[in-house]
Amino acid sequence: MSYTFQFGVLAQYQDQILSGIWLTIKISVLSIILGCAAGIVLSSVRSIWGGAVRFLVDAYVEIIRNTPFLVQLFIVYFGLPGLGLRVGADTAALIGMTINLAAYSTEIIRAGIEAVHKSQIEAGEALGFTRFQIYRHVIIVPAIAKVYPALCSQFVLMMLASSICSAISTQELAASAAFIESQTYRSFEIYIAVTLIYLALALALRAALALIGMWLFGRRVARRAMTALPEVQA
Amino acid sequence: MTLKTFGFDQFGFLLFSLQWTILLTLIALIGGGLLGFAVALARTAQLKPVRIAAATYIQVIQGIPVLMILFLSYYGLSLAGFELPPLFAAGASMTIYASGYLAEIWRGCIQAVPKQQWEASESLAMTRLQQYRYVVLPQAIRISLPPTVGFAVQVVKNTSITSIIGFVELARAGQLINNATFQPFRVFLAVAALYFVVCYPLSQLSRLLERRLHAGSSR
Repeated sequence: MSYTFQFGVLAQYQDQILSGIWLTIKISVLSIILGCAAGIVLSSVRSIWGGAVRFLVDAYVEIIRNTPFLVQLFIVYFGLPGLGLRVGADTAALIGMTINLAAYSTEIIRAGIEAVHKSQIEAGEALGFTRFQIYRHVIIVPAIAKVYPALCSQFVLMMLASSICSAISTQELAASAAFIESQTYRSFEIYIAVTLIYLALALALRAALALIGMWLFGRRVARRAMTALPEVQA
Repeated sequence: MTLKTFGFDQFGFLLFSLQWTILLTLIALIGGGLLGFAVALARTAQLKPVRIAAATYIQVIQGIPVLMILFLSYYGLSLAGFELPPLFAAGASMTIYASGYLAEIWRGCIQAVPKQQWEASESLAMTRLQQYRYVVLPQAIRISLPPTVGFAVQVVKNTSITSIIGFVELARAGQLINNATFQPFRVFLAVAALYFVVCYPLSQLSRLLERRLHAGSSR
């Protein structure tokens, strides 16, 4: 094999790579915030109201979790304009990621809520807590603290999956790589470099989430969040 | 020129392409299973350097996008001088991807076998191989069934990513039909429904196995 690696060409395309990294970070952080918030709301209304609401939330979660992210993106980006909603590639990516992550967060937080013991709630009642106080201090916050490592893993998986958005022409990091490849034909070098950037982003995101976990829930939870690898949700 | 609409023939083409999705899933699970099992054993080995190497492998695979594994296999294979059809790059990348995750799942299952089982079998003068063969693995496999089936769902879904390098499986077939019919909403809903038909029973099976495994315990 007489192939010489030339990583030097990458230097000329620094701007493309940086703008790709920036968009990856932007859509990932936004979808994590929105998806996690939606997950908290959906898992809460599901457990509070039950009945038809629970059925609808569960159906949403199952539909999203049993279809590929790529196809969800296609429906948002190519399908919605047919219904009169035209969205740009960046917005479509953000919508798709948020819809996807909301379903997974709902499922993870639901497991946390169901793990809260009845006796805890009774203890809260005995202390004269209002229903809202019980919900806040006894149910939702401990539930999230309990599943925080699993949530973090899911957030990292979502950041990595954002690379798939390049298929609907969102100009994030994977799309930058494809662009530089089309200009230079140095495919292997570029994909090695971009893969390493993703690896660094994943480690950085994990560290950031661990810091947030330490601030929110204390050191013990944060340490679990740092080391936990993606759990496969059944 | 008449514009085609999404009809019976097109749906037939989707069903046909679903076979490739399933074939790719099987390749990934078998190949990734063999490689992942080796990594899981290395991850629980007695030699520390072996453990560290296996842990690094898992961390790296789980820290990079599946799409990048796919591109690196695709361009890596052609760089090495192989002019292979996309099925090979797709199969290789899905195998590598699955091995990283299965190794970590199975490591957890091996370590979930109580320490006393190791000690008891050691006191019976079993070799390490005998310990794995007769004591640890039979128990670990039982524990591993629910998460492994759950991961199979992820593999089915992630095979859709191989459409990006032009491998014609279900997602790519949907794109091709959409290019001919311009009915994206209908086409991709049908594609999603087919994925759902494959994935949902697997998800439910994983849950059933999980419940059955915990039937004996207190919860």
